[in-house]
Amino acid sequence: MSRVLRGAAMTLAVALGGLLGGCATVDKAPADPWPALREARPTSVLVLPPVNDSPDVLAPGSVMAQAVLPLAERGYYVFPVALSNETLRLNGVQTPRDAQDISPQRLREVFGADAALYLQVRAYGSVYRVISAESVTTVDARLVDLRDGRTLWTGSATASSAEQRGGQQGGLSSLLLLAIIEQVASNFSDLNQEVAGAAMRRLLAGPSPRGLLPGPRGPPPRSGARP
Amino acid sequence: MRRLGGGALLALAAVQGAASASARPMLYEWGAYPEALAAHLREAGGDAARQAARLEQQLQRTAAAGRAVPPGLHAHLALLHAQLGNDAKAVEHLRAEKALYPESARYMDSLLANTRRQPADAAAEAPK
Repeated sequence: MSRVLRGAAMTLAVALGGLLGGCATVDKAPADPWPALREARPTSVLVLPPVNDSPDVLAPGSVMAQAVLPLAERGYYVFPVALSNETLRLNGVQTPRDAQDISPQRLREVFGADAALYLQVRAYGSVYRVISAESVTTVDARLVDLRDGRTLWTGSATASSAEQRGGQQGGLSSLLLLAIIEQVASNFSDLNQEVAGAAMRRLLAGPSPRGLLPGPRGPPPRSGARP
Repeated sequence: MRRLGGGALLALAAVQGAASASARPMLYEWGAYPEALAAHLREAGGDAARQAARLEQQLQRTAAAGRAVPPGLHAHLALLHAQLGNDAKAVEHLRAEKALYPESARYMDSLLANTRRQPADAAAEAPK
């Protein structure tokens, strides 16, 4: 009896969850915050070397590496970042700031990319509190159409190794949690990378409508809904 | 209300969980690539020979599993092979990247043209 009731309650909860999830993500999406992105439909993204505001010299490399997977899984062709860095360097571009100052037209000529992702690392690595240290990554991003210089999308995300303790909403994945447990004693730089990865997933693969729209190579929308 | 078996309920819950956590199947087989990329970008190049060997093995596993090679993997391998002085391999992977991802055609073509002109140029060391 009680088992049946529990079963029914669970079924209802699951069904309700599905309904709410559907509404929130697709059906009743508010006015499109990124009409230019929808209109421009970029297919390929060049990730430029990130400008680094943090004191950690490893931050730009970590953040850049962690941008590739979520962006590609979102459905965009992502230019090979190590190779494009090398091309920039061989052309005398010494710093991320220099790279981000190159005109969209010139980047388009050299790489043939539809859009470029401009990243700024606001925070990376250890932040010391009164009683504990945590690893934090905060990144701002701007997607620019290289064909006309228009900004198509902007985003900002942060992730922290302290999230699992605070029980805040949107906690890190259990995978990351495991990684933290395994690595916290051995290698803080690995922890920083994991946290950077979580921040970049949030930034680039977060839910609509604030998140980046799926690109042309992306998976079809769920439950037959049209974007 | 329709009664769902425990299995169906579990499956539904799993789908729901997957949807909300964006844990749908990946488009690409990433394998060793993200780690190789991070090592390369963080350690000013890292060990190119070791990374190239790992990524070549990864490509074989990916092909055997019938999965898709992610954007940039072939191009990254081309960079590693160029750094190791193996221009034939580098050219092969630049062509593979272009064939798999036509979006990269302009960039790959210019690199291929450079490789033909000045093979040694492409072997320059990685950026700091």
